[in-house]
Amino acid sequence: MIRRFIFLAIIAVVAVPFLLATAGDGAWLKNIPAKYRVRPNPFAHDPKAVAAGAKLFHQDCANCHGADGMGINQRPNLQSDRIRKATPGELEWLLTNGSMRNGMPSWSRLPEPQRWQIVSYLKDMVKQEK
Amino acid sequence: MAVTTREKNNFALPLTCAAIAATLDSMILKMKFNFNFKIKSIWRSVFMLNFLRRALLLAACAVAAHAQENYFVTYTHQMEEPGNLEVAVRTVNGFPRDGHAFTGSAMEFEYGVKAWWTSEFYLDGQTTTNESTLFTGFRFENRFRPLLREHWINPVLYFEFENINGADKALLEVVGHDVRDDFLGRNDRSEKKREAELKLILSSNFKGWNVAENLIAEKNLAGEPWEFGYAAGVSRPLSLVASANACRLCRENFSLGAELYGGLGTRYRFGLQETSHYLSPIVNFRLPNGPTFKAAPGFGLTSGSHGFLLRFGVSYEFDQIFSKIRSR
Repeated sequence: MIRRFIFLAIIAVVAVPFLLATAGDGAWLKNIPAKYRVRPNPFAHDPKAVAAGAKLFHQDCANCHGADGMGINQRPNLQSDRIRKATPGELEWLLTNGSMRNGMPSWSRLPEPQRWQIVSYLKDMVKQEK
Repeated sequence: MAVTTREKNNFALPLTCAAIAATLDSMILKMKFNFNFKIKSIWRSVFMLNFLRRALLLAACAVAAHAQENYFVTYTHQMEEPGNLEVAVRTVNGFPRDGHAFTGSAMEFEYGVKAWWTSEFYLDGQTTTNESTLFTGFRFENRFRPLLREHWINPVLYFEFENINGADKALLEVVGHDVRDDFLGRNDRSEKKREAELKLILSSNFKGWNVAENLIAEKNLAGEPWEFGYAAGVSRPLSLVASANACRLCRENFSLGAELYGGLGTRYRFGLQETSHYLSPIVNFRLPNGPTFKAAPGFGLTSGSHGFLLRFGVSYEFDQIFSKIRSR
């Protein structure tokens, strides 16, 4: 009985800090290492990459950010100055790492070229809205 | 907010898929039994009928959302997206030489609580030819990702509670001295297994490859010793670059991989003696905005292993399910 209690207590002690760590910082841009900010998009100026990125965006991103990128249910609007001003490297870093405290998952499961294709589409989308 | 026909389809189709999968599973097992009498070759019937089953499932589930897991036994650091609910059916077909063929199944409900916290609930069942079809219990698991950024190796902590009985054949993991002989006796629900399972999941994504390793420790809360096991997997999509045109059979929608899993004995008899191990190639097919299908033939590597296991899985993800329900 005591052993079982100790076992459950260990699980609770390990799990509680994770349960409490929910506060968002909203500062992902400040956290990006300098070397990632300046990475160029290997698909820049490739119209096929924009089309492929659009396809991936509608498969993986549009459920939260909306088909037009305006955001659904208080999820971030991608037609914003922040995205417009962000470098391709910064956007790719965000897709890779996510912003988990704020609910943005990591998209590292997508291969790196596909993440760059999404960046191509995002940049094209905010350029058109401008 | 008005509910579109597409949204209605998004809810109805996966449920239809799950129902079809369950029905076909039981039909296939019965048909396998009849075939065996006539042609005395279980392999031919198994492959033919499972191919038929996959084809029917594909036809039935032509439109839906997406899912993401690469393996059957091995976990990666990929968490469920927050607010999404993934419903999956996994089956494993076994054909023990001195026993009856069986299909173990697990219905899985996986919910993304946070980007770093995924919760899962399983309902297990099994069908054994000449015996019975049984509900064998439930499992509840939670996975936590302590490091909130991508690293070379990404750890995930896994906690599970299982309340299953001795007839369970879902084979979601192999630990301790789990061997083929455990499957030879008649279905027996009298043995209750209330178990806690801990896993350390280590996973990396590099140049399109995913490499994942799991270390497993499981304890029956009735006082039996800790049992240990492992699982490791590697997989890669056929194409790293997405094509510009919409297509269902694009190379980027397929991934190939392999996983290796097995038991490592118990606290008192740690090692490889009297354990079972499997090597299993895996094919994954993700329909864009639809379900994901995977199949894996598994080959036993030791005398205690099943010679051959055949796994199938279909999963479907409901995006932002509670937001959609609220908006209705």
